[in-house]
Amino acid sequence: MRLTRSLEERLVNLYRQTKVVGGLFRSLGQEACAVGSAFALERRDVMSPLIRNLGSMLVKGATPVEVLKQYMAKGDSPTRGRELNIHFGDLTDRNFVGQISHLGDMVPVLAGIALSFKLRREPRVGLVYVGDGATSTGAFHEGINFAAVQRAPLVVVVENNGYAYSTPTANQTAAESFAAKGAGYGIPGVRADGNDVLEVYGTTRTAVARARRGEGTSLLEFMTYRRKGHAEHDNQSYVPAGEGERWAAENDPLDRYAARLLGEFGCEETELATIDAAVLAEIEAATDAAEASGFPEPSEALRGVYADPAAMPSLWYRGDKRAAVDKSERAAGAWGTFDG
Amino acid sequence: MAEITYLEAIREALAEEMARDPQVFLIGEDIGAYGGAFKVTDGLLARFGPDRVIDTPISETGFVGAAAGAAHMGMRPVVEMQFIDFISCAYDMLTNYVATARYRAFLPCPMVVRGPSGGYVRGGPFHSQNPEAAFLHTPGLKIVYPATAEDAKGLMKAAIRDDDPVLFFEHKYLYRRIKGVMPPGDHIVPIGKARTARAGTDVSIITYAATVWKSLEAAEILAAEHGISVEVIDLRSLLPMDDEAISATVRKTNRVLIVHEDTVTGGIAGEITARINETCFEWLDAPVRRVAAHDVPLPYAPALEDFVLPQTADIVHAVRWLAAY
Repeated sequence: MRLTRSLEERLVNLYRQTKVVGGLFRSLGQEACAVGSAFALERRDVMSPLIRNLGSMLVKGATPVEVLKQYMAKGDSPTRGRELNIHFGDLTDRNFVGQISHLGDMVPVLAGIALSFKLRREPRVGLVYVGDGATSTGAFHEGINFAAVQRAPLVVVVENNGYAYSTPTANQTAAESFAAKGAGYGIPGVRADGNDVLEVYGTTRTAVARARRGEGTSLLEFMTYRRKGHAEHDNQSYVPAGEGERWAAENDPLDRYAARLLGEFGCEETELATIDAAVLAEIEAATDAAEASGFPEPSEALRGVYADPAAMPSLWYRGDKRAAVDKSERAAGAWGTFDG
Repeated sequence: MAEITYLEAIREALAEEMARDPQVFLIGEDIGAYGGAFKVTDGLLARFGPDRVIDTPISETGFVGAAAGAAHMGMRPVVEMQFIDFISCAYDMLTNYVATARYRAFLPCPMVVRGPSGGYVRGGPFHSQNPEAAFLHTPGLKIVYPATAEDAKGLMKAAIRDDDPVLFFEHKYLYRRIKGVMPPGDHIVPIGKARTARAGTDVSIITYAATVWKSLEAAEILAAEHGISVEVIDLRSLLPMDDEAISATVRKTNRVLIVHEDTVTGGIAGEITARINETCFEWLDAPVRRVAAHDVPLPYAPALEDFVLPQTADIVHAVRWLAAY
């Protein structure tokens, strides 16, 4: 959780220095949802994060340097500059699949991944994250319904953080809870405190174990709060005054866990300080590495659309030119960064 | 009259039509209290109230279908796609239901689906798309894609008043960069009419949306540095397309370049080329050529995006090739 928060804080610095090319998405206040649930998975299990699940990816083995390079559009970023922010995955080793921007689409995809485990009799589990907003999509409904019918070993996690962009949950669903929707699909629906990392872990663990036993799909709803805007440019004008501050003061997942570590579990302050220092050192080194790496070669844009051919042809008007523009046709500062 | 931006021109058109006709209402994600991802509808909730500026759940199929139902009943919904990339989620509803409603069931569907489109903004593969060609192949829809602030306003007002469904593509790169002075009064730009953005005699460029501005920039360079006089036709409407304007410019210059930002294969340039071939073949002094995006999903990194998308230098190169043919 500390790594998630500190890495995002570093990204904010880089964003302000315009080193982040596109928008920046925070998960401040939601770290326990992401981290606690991902810890319930084994390495062989496959997870699909959403935009607030940097923490889940870090638990699954994504590294800070990958995340930084990805945001900075570097040529050796996980997607080689093709995709933005945390839209990346690794299905060969660490087992997480990158999301697309179209919300809900990953639910049927993970239903299919979980189905493949069932068909091949592999004791593996799929877990897919969505926000409160994505539950309104057709893809979410079709995916979770199909997984339920197939009794696929899938855990669907709804992170209910109060807002989808500017839309409050009350405008997203008339249902009492997202967990209640489990009944409509004939699967268990469980709501838990998303800012208690141990409760998130325990709840997810139960659902994962159930899936691994072959008992099918579960729907989990974690109650949390999105303390920053949809993206860094969003000024949250639609949020009632004091709401975010109240969550920060009274229900911060890191504060809550630290209090338990120091009290219940007998940790020393110095142990936590050592962890914080190690996290900062790791981010420092990762930032240096990410800054040192270069941008992609322009003609790399043509590679990888198909397995065969390996590259698309350059169009006729380019001749043998490698770059479209020598430097840029844009006047300095005229082309802002994208914030959607 | 003061200059306003392309974005403000769209907002002005929406507000004027809402004030004129109580059947007009807006529906989409985050368009009310937040005013839309790009603030196109900013202030309209306060002015017209929540019955006419309706925030929706994330359900493109749902609210496009609901708009169709309201349109059947005589209302005039204007649907916002938060990014036009998400129109794919409503593809079924638009192509199977909305586009066919009049023909198969005599049900009018006077609705507008509008949204920020296009690249050059480092938006990556899901916030940069130009999906207009996917709908050109669907009889029953109309498609407009303005390049200027004046046309953005005039076409929006025409689209809202049109008795058939209109897809209204807005270029997000132009939103705050392009400005214009609105003509006085009830400013309507008819759907289906192109405009001559620059008159010329040697080579014609047929284009629309953001590449109109790149073509104009290229035309300046070609005139100043190469002595080539370029005519730039801004289609404005893609469906129906202004065949007369296309034919007239071909007959005038006899050399044609088609420029668009969408990918080249299956793009609208292919359709335009076919029409020229069928109606103006004997007027051509050179093959019709295309400058468009490479056939790849649009990547995020600036060097990659610049490579994939058509640039001013490409247009200059292509026009020189045509002029020398």
